[in-house]
Amino acid sequence: MKRYLSFILYGILCFVVIAGARSGLIDTYQQVIIMFIGINIILCSSLNLINGYMGEFSCGHAGFMAVGAYVTSILNVWLFTSSQIFGEPVLSPVAAVFLFPVTLIVGGIAAALAGLLVAIPSVRTRGDYLAIITLAVNYIVKSSIENIQVIGGARGFMGMGKVVDSMTGVLNLPWVMIWIFAFTAFCIWVLNHFVNSTYGKGIIAVRDDEIAAEIMSVDTNRMKIVAFTLSSGMAGVAGGLFAHVLGYINPGSFTIMKSTEIMVMVYLGGMGSLSGSVLSAVSFTLLMEVLRPLQVYKWVLIPLLLIILMLFRPEGIMGNRELTDVFPKLRRFFPSKEL
Amino acid sequence: MAILELKNINHYFGGLHAVSDFSLKVEEGELIGLIGPNGAGKTTIFNLVSGFYKPTEGEIGFCGKSISGLKPHEVTGLGIARTFQNIRLWNSMTVLENLCISQHYRLGYGFVDSVLQTRRYADKEKEVIKSAREFLEILDLKECENEYPKNLSYGLQRRLEIGRALTIRPRLLLLDEPAAGMTAGDIEQLIKLVKWIREKFKLTILLIEHQMKVVMGLCEKICVLDFGEIIAEGIPSEIRKNPRVIKAYLGEEVTVNA
Repeated sequence: MKRYLSFILYGILCFVVIAGARSGLIDTYQQVIIMFIGINIILCSSLNLINGYMGEFSCGHAGFMAVGAYVTSILNVWLFTSSQIFGEPVLSPVAAVFLFPVTLIVGGIAAALAGLLVAIPSVRTRGDYLAIITLAVNYIVKSSIENIQVIGGARGFMGMGKVVDSMTGVLNLPWVMIWIFAFTAFCIWVLNHFVNSTYGKGIIAVRDDEIAAEIMSVDTNRMKIVAFTLSSGMAGVAGGLFAHVLGYINPGSFTIMKSTEIMVMVYLGGMGSLSGSVLSAVSFTLLMEVLRPLQVYKWVLIPLLLIILMLFRPEGIMGNRELTDVFPKLRRFFPSKEL
Repeated sequence: MAILELKNINHYFGGLHAVSDFSLKVEEGELIGLIGPNGAGKTTIFNLVSGFYKPTEGEIGFCGKSISGLKPHEVTGLGIARTFQNIRLWNSMTVLENLCISQHYRLGYGFVDSVLQTRRYADKEKEVIKSAREFLEILDLKECENEYPKNLSYGLQRRLEIGRALTIRPRLLLLDEPAAGMTAGDIEQLIKLVKWIREKFKLTILLIEHQMKVVMGLCEKICVLDFGEIIAEGIPSEIRKNPRVIKAYLGEEVTVNA
């Protein structure tokens, strides 16, 4: 029972939010913010695996997000809606309710494969060089999408709204939100297990001392590839969800600006801390919304806050500790198996 | 059969001939010291044996099998462990975790097991932690289990690094200047420790050291390197008197006229 306490609490929270959304207590605008928080948690914690736990520097996370977003969107529009590009739906639109998570995962796999493709040749490089490679990948993805006219090119791709409509048509529930909650929990669960296993700690050994890791029995290349693939796959899932929140995507949403935003969240939360990533994704998303009335001045204030943070707390909110390290009492919600 | 055999190794760093025509045979159970002035190529030889560099020319055999060209973690998997001249521990992880990760190559589970926390994961993880704890006990580091290595004293860090090498269950242990920067008391302990682990784990040891007290106290055979070449080989008492060794270490004798 105790083991599942955190799941139960999270389930109750999700249920309350969904009930609130259904009854109209939480308006559409607030719902969108809640959904962005979930997406940002996935993006931030998955990038934390590379930039935090592994100590590498990847700045092309939005590129992998774009791969996932486009693959999932195209699949859904092709399968479940009648559109100008693909014509009549291949499957009954009703099936979207069941197959939506499947297409999301397919999008994630596509992004993971893209990540694998980047990781294999670049495992030899690190630091600045990997940063440049991932930066280039971000641009390649964006420019390629811009130049594929079938999927809208620079004008963007739409029709996901109809998919969401057909899902709510079956059962009137905020489906996208439900899947965001589910995948956020899933990603955190996977990452938490991964980085707490001796196998996953291999990537922390790479960060601490790569030479020692390599000579003392860690297959560093393999670990880097695993981490990179996992991280980009999760970014792909987040991208798919992002596309269905907005109902419209264009390559302009997946630029280096987006990658930077995710990176900022990682460093804000603390490198190598999952709870830090969650905290910072929540607070950063909220902060962006609170400061929205300031319009352009927002972009003066937020970087200023970042500078102040870097000066006074360069390790981020949590450093590399977890919430359970700071408040040991929380352990009873997240009991680890006694070994 | 020799446990480690280096045959005519040549290694270049660009134009620098770091190791030249180096041959060495290490028999099972031997404890050989590798000494020589700074920059003589001792650590390069360790890096070659542990697979970190691939020799430009020559062959490295371990238990009769060629290991030149294998990746470092593959070499480790065969049973060659080493320590480093400047301590390289994983400082953001606890002492216990350090000793667990060094068993990475024989974890026996992969990504899927670690995420789903399967039965195999639980079993293997238990095994790894149990054996790490055994080594903590052996090395008398039990109280520091949850301590971070950077908070340990220098001598303890050295001991932990040797312990980490032992968790690999090596047949051949390469010690790169284990006594560097140690006090006399620490050195006494170190000599005892090396002697003891050698008996206990039936190890073959190759040792680089500058502290003559350690070399003379431990090694049965010494191999002296200078500019990447072997200039002398033999038992400690011979080496001590060898004029070429004295020359390499102290320079030529000059008469000073006051």
